[in-house]
Amino acid sequence: MIKIENLHASIEGTEILRGINLEVKAGEVHAIMGPNGSGKSTLANVLAGRDEYEVTEGSVDFLGDDLLDMEPEDRSRAGLFLAFQYPVEIPGVSNINFLKTAINEAREKRGEEPLAAKDFLKRVKEKSKLVELDGRLANRSVNEGFSGGEKKRNEIFQMAMLDPKLSVLDETDSGLDIDALRIVANGVNELKTKDNASIVITHYQRLLDYIVPDFVHVLYKGKIVKTGPKELALELEEKGYDWIIKELEEVSA
Amino acid sequence: MEIMNETATLTNKDKFLIHFDLIDFSMDEDFSSDVRKEAMELIQWLDFPTSKTEYWKYTRVNKIVKGNYKVSAPENEIEIDLSVPSKNCIVLINGYFSKELSFFNKTEGVEFSSLSDAKQSSPILREKFNSLVKKDEIFADINSAYHRDGAFMHVSKNVQVEEPYYILNLVDDSNIISNPRNFIFVEQGANAKAVLKTISTGNTGSFTNMVSEIFVEKNAHFEINKIQDEAEDSFQIATEQVVQGDDSTFKINTFTLNGAIVRNNLNIDSLGKNTMTYLNGLYPLKGKQHVDNHTYLSHREHNGESHELYKGIMGDSSTGVFNGKVFVHRKAQKTNAFQSNANIVITDTATINSKPELEIYADDVKCSHSSTTGQLDEEALFYLRARGLSKDSARAVLVNAFASDVIEHIGVEAVKEEIEKYIDDNYQGIK
Repeated sequence: MIKIENLHASIEGTEILRGINLEVKAGEVHAIMGPNGSGKSTLANVLAGRDEYEVTEGSVDFLGDDLLDMEPEDRSRAGLFLAFQYPVEIPGVSNINFLKTAINEAREKRGEEPLAAKDFLKRVKEKSKLVELDGRLANRSVNEGFSGGEKKRNEIFQMAMLDPKLSVLDETDSGLDIDALRIVANGVNELKTKDNASIVITHYQRLLDYIVPDFVHVLYKGKIVKTGPKELALELEEKGYDWIIKELEEVSA
Repeated sequence: MEIMNETATLTNKDKFLIHFDLIDFSMDEDFSSDVRKEAMELIQWLDFPTSKTEYWKYTRVNKIVKGNYKVSAPENEIEIDLSVPSKNCIVLINGYFSKELSFFNKTEGVEFSSLSDAKQSSPILREKFNSLVKKDEIFADINSAYHRDGAFMHVSKNVQVEEPYYILNLVDDSNIISNPRNFIFVEQGANAKAVLKTISTGNTGSFTNMVSEIFVEKNAHFEINKIQDEAEDSFQIATEQVVQGDDSTFKINTFTLNGAIVRNNLNIDSLGKNTMTYLNGLYPLKGKQHVDNHTYLSHREHNGESHELYKGIMGDSSTGVFNGKVFVHRKAQKTNAFQSNANIVITDTATINSKPELEIYADDVKCSHSSTTGQLDEEALFYLRARGLSKDSARAVLVNAFASDVIEHIGVEAVKEEIEKYIDDNYQGIK
């Protein structure tokens, strides 16, 4: 589905990603863990197309297309979804109306008819139930006055509405209490099929109790330095990252 | 030879006033004739504002007053579909009343006619005409002296009308100068809405100098929506003089959509107690437009409340000016006055001068003012694009959201739709 090769990216001249290699296939869940400042969020943002980041080297193939050459909206329409670490509050913009515009613009690009109002509303009802998002929240301005948990649930609600092929969840668990975490994770699991995939970026192992990854990658100083099965996450939780860093230093020494 | 020399000494003002030589004022009654004479006299002592005139500091009138204009009565058989969503509409063409295009649905307790007709018959007009206009403003005096016609609206005591009354001034030729003059009187306990719209049919270089006097009596409620949509190289100066009685509500929404130089002088005298006043404005500017909103609200009695919200969307090389003053008199205790001006600057070449002012002489009041200027929120823009909205749509959505709290104030559904459509149509393709 996505193949990232030797990806380098910098912001304001500082190199953050220093050669990422990662391949995700349909039906897989990949977790990316790592200490603060290792480049996890940068990776998510570069994939989504945020233009503050400059890609200096490498390539990303997404379903046969050059992802890095696409505008953010085209990436979204092609099936990439980023659940933001810090969802933006947009006063005056209705959550529902903008999603409708987004969905219908994507359909138009694919040469499809716009979704009928009835079908759209049915989908809203169904998907907001999935993340236990109050119907009233769905109708309010985007994220305005939402609690931290509501914002994250709204991200998953939007993901459900847009039905992406690849979801990148950027620290979706941060700031969530255990109930909210369970709701968010349930939503993600419900949406999982053999045809889609996700990259779950997290700082903590606890999310991975709910969203079980097929692979766990450790990102350190802009590179994936270790890859393992889901048990790696538990090991990291128990021992921290120091042992991996030490291992690395020994190898390079 | 001697005549030539004479011409050479004419001032700008003299040359400007020559434009009005040919207007026929024979419809005047004595009282309105006196108004003209008085105004003409005043004009002799006044001059056009310059950059040194504080009230006009940011708006140069040179281009306006040096224009070569003509006055022109409308053609007899003008064919235009104005599609006005109302049963009541006064149509003025180049400042002249158009009987053919105007239409009325007679309602008990509402007089709605041309100003010249009302001059023949209305006692209230006879009593109050020109009583609110500031005598030291040359453009207002020019209007008093040289207006040809306008709209007259009189809503009688306790009459409630739901449907909006439209006043439409159409400029249908190039280089037209006109002085439309409106008079609106809403009696005690009455409730009405109006739409005041200035448009043109694709002409160039016209100047519309409009004055409206508005009386909102005790416990009356009146809303007026002003839409300025003349040609892109036209000039307009629009002056509203408003008085409010006890317990009255007055709301004015000003939408400046087009025009090269547009200056709005909005002066509200809140004479009564417990008044409620709303002043809203939206100016989505493009090209080299220059739009100047000067508002002055005077709270003279206690327990008044006012909400002022002006928003600008500054594109291309446009210039905006906002100068809003709220004056709270010593007697006006328990006044709540809130004033806000917010602007989004879309390009590097657009400019906004914003000056909110409060002058307070009472000690038990709640007043606030604010002015903000910024760009479209980049984070929000990226968020929307990451969800699949095109860059243009995302911008349009954000501009819409910015404008929405002004648009929400519109109490006339058709106007609301018109402004929403304007924003939708104009902010899809911006860079």
